[in-house]
Amino acid sequence: MNRFLEFVKKEFYHIWRDKKTLLVLFGMPPILILLFGFAISNEIKNAPIAILDNSKDEVTQKISEKLLSSGYFILYENLDSYNQIEDIFRLGKVKQVIIFETNFAYKLNSEMHANIQIISDASDPNTANTLLNYTSKIVMDYNLEINNNAKMPFVINTELKMRYNENTKSAYMFVPGLITIILMLVAAMMTSISITREKELGTMEILLASPMKPIQIIIAKVCPYLLLGLVDAIIILLLGVFVFNVPIKGSLVLLFAVGMLFITTSLSLGILISSVTSSQQIALMISLMGLMLPTMLLSGFIFPIANMPLALQLFTHLIPAKWFNIIIKDIMLKGSGFFDLWKEILILIGFTTFFILVSLKKFKIRL
Amino acid sequence: MNNEFSIEVEHLSKHFGSFRAVDDISFNVKKGEIFGFLGANGAGKSTAMKMLCGLSKPSAGKAKIAGFDIYKDTEKIKKSIGYMSQKFSLYDDLNLKENIQFYAGIYGLNNNLITHKTNELISKFGLENSAKKLLREMPLGWKQKLAFSVAVIHSPEIVFLDEPTGGVDPITRRQFWELIYEAADSGVTVFVTTHYMDEAEYCQRISMMNAGKIVALGSPNELKNSYSADNMDEVFQKIARGN
Amino acid sequence: MRNIKIIIKKEFKQIFRTRTMLGIIFVMPIIQLLILAQAATYEMKDIRICVIDMDKSSTSRELINKFSASNYFKLSVYANSEKEAESALGHDKADVYINIENGFERNLIRENKSNIMLVVNAIDGARAAVIINYASSVIFDYNSEFRDKYLSIISKEYINPELKTISIVNQNWFNPELDYKTFMVPGLLVLLVSIAGLFLSGMNIVKEKEIGTIEQLNVTPIKKHELIIGKLIPFWIIGLFELGFGLLVAKLFYQTPIIGSLLDLYIFASVFMVLVLGIGFFISNIAATQQQSMFLTWFFTVIFILLSGLFTAIENMPGWAQTITMFNPLKYFIDAVRMILLKGAGLKEIIGYIYILIIYAIIINSLAAIMYKKTV
Repeated sequence: MNRFLEFVKKEFYHIWRDKKTLLVLFGMPPILILLFGFAISNEIKNAPIAILDNSKDEVTQKISEKLLSSGYFILYENLDSYNQIEDIFRLGKVKQVIIFETNFAYKLNSEMHANIQIISDASDPNTANTLLNYTSKIVMDYNLEINNNAKMPFVINTELKMRYNENTKSAYMFVPGLITIILMLVAAMMTSISITREKELGTMEILLASPMKPIQIIIAKVCPYLLLGLVDAIIILLLGVFVFNVPIKGSLVLLFAVGMLFITTSLSLGILISSVTSSQQIALMISLMGLMLPTMLLSGFIFPIANMPLALQLFTHLIPAKWFNIIIKDIMLKGSGFFDLWKEILILIGFTTFFILVSLKKFKIRL
Repeated sequence: MNNEFSIEVEHLSKHFGSFRAVDDISFNVKKGEIFGFLGANGAGKSTAMKMLCGLSKPSAGKAKIAGFDIYKDTEKIKKSIGYMSQKFSLYDDLNLKENIQFYAGIYGLNNNLITHKTNELISKFGLENSAKKLLREMPLGWKQKLAFSVAVIHSPEIVFLDEPTGGVDPITRRQFWELIYEAADSGVTVFVTTHYMDEAEYCQRISMMNAGKIVALGSPNELKNSYSADNMDEVFQKIARGN
Repeated sequence: MRNIKIIIKKEFKQIFRTRTMLGIIFVMPIIQLLILAQAATYEMKDIRICVIDMDKSSTSRELINKFSASNYFKLSVYANSEKEAESALGHDKADVYINIENGFERNLIRENKSNIMLVVNAIDGARAAVIINYASSVIFDYNSEFRDKYLSIISKEYINPELKTISIVNQNWFNPELDYKTFMVPGLLVLLVSIAGLFLSGMNIVKEKEIGTIEQLNVTPIKKHELIIGKLIPFWIIGLFELGFGLLVAKLFYQTPIIGSLLDLYIFASVFMVLVLGIGFFISNIAATQQQSMFLTWFFTVIFILLSGLFTAIENMPGWAQTITMFNPLKYFIDAVRMILLKGAGLKEIIGYIYILIIYAIIINSLAAIMYKKTV
């Protein structure tokens, strides 16, 4: 046991001496949190648009004014002709062009009907749709207004309730998500590389020749990373709770316990990667290319899993981060307890056991 | 300065902050000489050698390598020297031929010469069957011998060897020294660091470094006499103890 | 020149010797492109809705049918109480529930208005907003339908007062099907190519440092710029080749439109790759071990991705963040690839970006070269 502790200490020194890596390890969570909290947003405001007003009357001016004072749009340019539209889109300068037909006010007043044509840059369908919704809503409101808000009979009122996140704050989504991503990458990447490094430098053989058992060596190697991961998770949690007011409704003990479990899962994945590779470079490429994007995109962190095609939804079952993401969100935001989440927890335990068994087998063959 | 010397060093120093890794050393090495550069770990051997190869800039002092100034003519120096470091310095994931082609190519040997030298080397070592093997599949002893042969493939005036026999068994070490003698016979100056004291006996002249200074300089016999020791190991012990 | 050729030859041999590496360079990005393009969508369908129908009237049933008949919703749970519905929401069996209280139909007819409650899981705020949007439009449509039907029953002579209407006609340019993959695939492809280039170059010099061969190179007469150029070119070629391969896959599997000229895209990409590889070498120079290099690369990559406009539009960011994105090479390439492929932009439109990238590339590569000297 003493020998084991010495070994853990040695690993700690290794990490502690490597200031650049430490800086990344501890600098990453706050930077990401702040980026997500203050910079990255799906909420569209100030989208640049162009207006082609063929009528230039009081109604079209009124509508333009309403659009531009909504906060959703800013005017990039007033166009004079239809021919300019293609160029302005191609330059990527505007997202939407609004075209009023000629004699707009006259048609509206005498024929009771007038047309607005909208051309959307639909290369980004999400933005195109959202902006179209905004425009329609503003025009519709104006339409109601000019009809003196004519009273309608038989109205179904919809009362809205937002569960778990009353103010639809994006922090509720990204704080748990970031914990998942950072834990996964830190733990899996760090272990996979630190073990292959010893293999590559030949020091692994020396360690294995020592009276310590291989399993002890591996555990000693991953111990510091377990702690590092935990510290990272705590940093994010603290920032999330105190800067962005994300609640922790469920039990802290449970949160802590599943956090440890997930770090273990990631560590064992890292060990597995290192057991099947012999060079650091390959271990790196596998953990980075193979883990980073899939973890970000298939865990439900950026894109909701429910939107994906069914086959892909099934595929996400194989991403451990997805399960942890569910667990941590439910504990923090819904206040779920162990009995609500035992299935997901069991799955994570399953992954961990699988990774460890396979890597033990691989290590035995190789060493 | 004189033309019979390959290496001329005057008052050379290297400081890292207040630490004097190399502290005012001076010596000359004759052409074709095998010069041993000895000292305990951390005595400053490697730092001194790196300055002579143009790998690091001296803090003070003068030196000429193959007649070129180590401040101004580092590029010319690099063309005239060969180098082999304590770490194995050929590419593990290339085979012998490819390693030779790469290094010989960098030194500007033309293709005919490269082919010729490659074949010569392969037949000299009887490696006809392993020429296509990746270096990582070859035993360490072989790799060291090949690394040396590659280091002198462009017939440099001087070859610097930084603990070339570390971790090699005695028989291979013996063979390795035969290669060194062979190179010296053909006129190459050999500058070798080592901490194997028995290897010091193979050198024509040696210098001993301690705490950044050269504390002894001469042929092995001269040193043994002046320290009244039976072998180099004893000389080393006495120097290390400071008498 | 000859030295550069020798280094290129050596690098290529080392790359092609490692089978696993080849797989990682060529196969992994393509597989990711194929899979991740499917994942990267905000387009919603099959929103799981749970209903509590306490009214059990023909009107409430019709409303529920409207939901299940719409393309967006899928009825997942029939709950008998609010508690059951809450539990469905809590256990993620439903994204939203609708509560129709007893008396819904009666109130609608007698009191001219009636209430229903829509409760939505709002953890993902953006998603919740869309769900509400869709649900409201289903309810709104049913409401109009109900009104028209009922009015025609109660009074045949009822005439709608004449109202002014402004109608909106929308055209979706560049991606009329509103296919999210059209938008994502070019960006993802560019991202994958950049990541591969960044990692390969980021690991390269530091690997030679760790193994010790760099020292051997440093004592040879090889010039610094020869070494960097010689190491850059193989990755540059691989990167551009990979881009082409990826485009082919995108075209075959996702029918990604290629409206602009591929030549323009390649002109852009060749400048971009020089910059990305320069960043990699820069990292490789400041790092002492491959582990460090990987972490630094990872750090930059994550920030590059998040601030690139790939997943979330740059226009939505606050001003200071938009300023930061000016330093993000990935932003320029993602923007350019979308402009060229989807909108048919040409050199004229992207030349500004190219100038920026050239200046950027010169700065970064010079820095990398200067740093390299110091480590010697």
